[in-house]
Amino acid sequence: MKFGLFGFLFAMWILILLGGGIMVTILGPFTIQQFGEFNWMIASGVKVIIALVLVIAWILILLKLKNQIFRKELKF
Amino acid sequence: MIELIIPAIISCITAFFIVFFMTPPLIKFLEKRNFAVKDMNKKEDVMVVRPGGPALIAGIIVSELVLYAFLQLNEILVIIITTSAAFVIGYVDDRKVMGGWFKPVTLAVAAIPIIAFGTYDTGLSFPLFGMVQIPVLYIALIFFMIPITGNTINSIDVLNGVASGFMVIASFSLSICLFIVQNYEIAIVSLPLGFVSLAFYKYHKIPSKIFPGDSGALTLGAMYGAIAIVGGVEIIAAVALLPAVINSFLFLSSVKKIVEHRQVKGTPVDHTDDFRLRATNDKSAPVTLVRLILAGGPLSEKQVGFAIFKLAIFSGILAIITAFMMGVTF
Repeated sequence: MKFGLFGFLFAMWILILLGGGIMVTILGPFTIQQFGEFNWMIASGVKVIIALVLVIAWILILLKLKNQIFRKELKF
Repeated sequence: MIELIIPAIISCITAFFIVFFMTPPLIKFLEKRNFAVKDMNKKEDVMVVRPGGPALIAGIIVSELVLYAFLQLNEILVIIITTSAAFVIGYVDDRKVMGGWFKPVTLAVAAIPIIAFGTYDTGLSFPLFGMVQIPVLYIALIFFMIPITGNTINSIDVLNGVASGFMVIASFSLSICLFIVQNYEIAIVSLPLGFVSLAFYKYHKIPSKIFPGDSGALTLGAMYGAIAIVGGVEIIAAVALLPAVINSFLFLSSVKKIVEHRQVKGTPVDHTDDFRLRATNDKSAPVTLVRLILAGGPLSEKQVGFAIFKLAIFSGILAIITAFMMGVTF
């Protein structure tokens, strides 16, 4: 059980590192240039949407991982 | 760096001894007023007073003011204001039962001083990959971060000594990380959090003489979040807090809405005849960190507490590794 929790913690850590990589490589250089003074606002909006998608993906992956790691123990 | 040593020592001593000497009279005061609740994990009818928040906030405010006298950083004022606001929010919740929305919404308001003083950087630093600038998203992150850190510490405050002991490990890990990333001033500013938690742990550890209450747990959590933001170590702070994050994640993913623990139906944990803790098979009860730890079999309250501390030490080590990785980029 305890090793399962340590494994889950480690998996969360790896997902944070990978999510960070995606954030920096995709969100970092992302710019929009056709909308004049609204460029930064639209770019920020798109960044927010991408970030939300990443967070939702992170939660879904964690839920799958939780069910995998604790499959034997979770009788409830 | 050398000039920071004296303020650091004075503030740490102040933080520790204010809580250490203020808590016993606070316990007597609360006993006289009968501000006590039943310790649900004891066989006998043991009543424990709460909240311990006033002692914690006194230690934090005085020690941070000592640091402000030396360093005069706006970051210190922001930490004091945000943490004090979180204490007041928690104290209101200690005295009067509020709805599930109350703490997240009001704690988001408590984050306003961070924005008003401009004590944040809109860049989010990640290990190995570097920094990403997210000006608008970062403001939203500030409003989310204080409620999240406040409530995660509050949600882990379920057994004797766990919240304060966990904060000792998490906050000292965060301080070490701040030293590693060479943010020395905020590292010094973060040290009192560990020392107030350590002093409070003496009275909170099993068998508890006092509970922190919402005012204590939110104070510790909000200060942790504020340090993470002003220190620019949000990701590292999240890693050090992972066991508490797991607890909130498991709870929310099983309940599927934001509710107070007292509103939850079902019993996740009950007791054996010798009053050890045991995970139930109640499908309507939320999945929690304690319930997962107990899924392998019944354990004493002390054993569960130490299992949580081991997880906290493990995530503290991961946070320190993350801090070292901050200096490395592909």
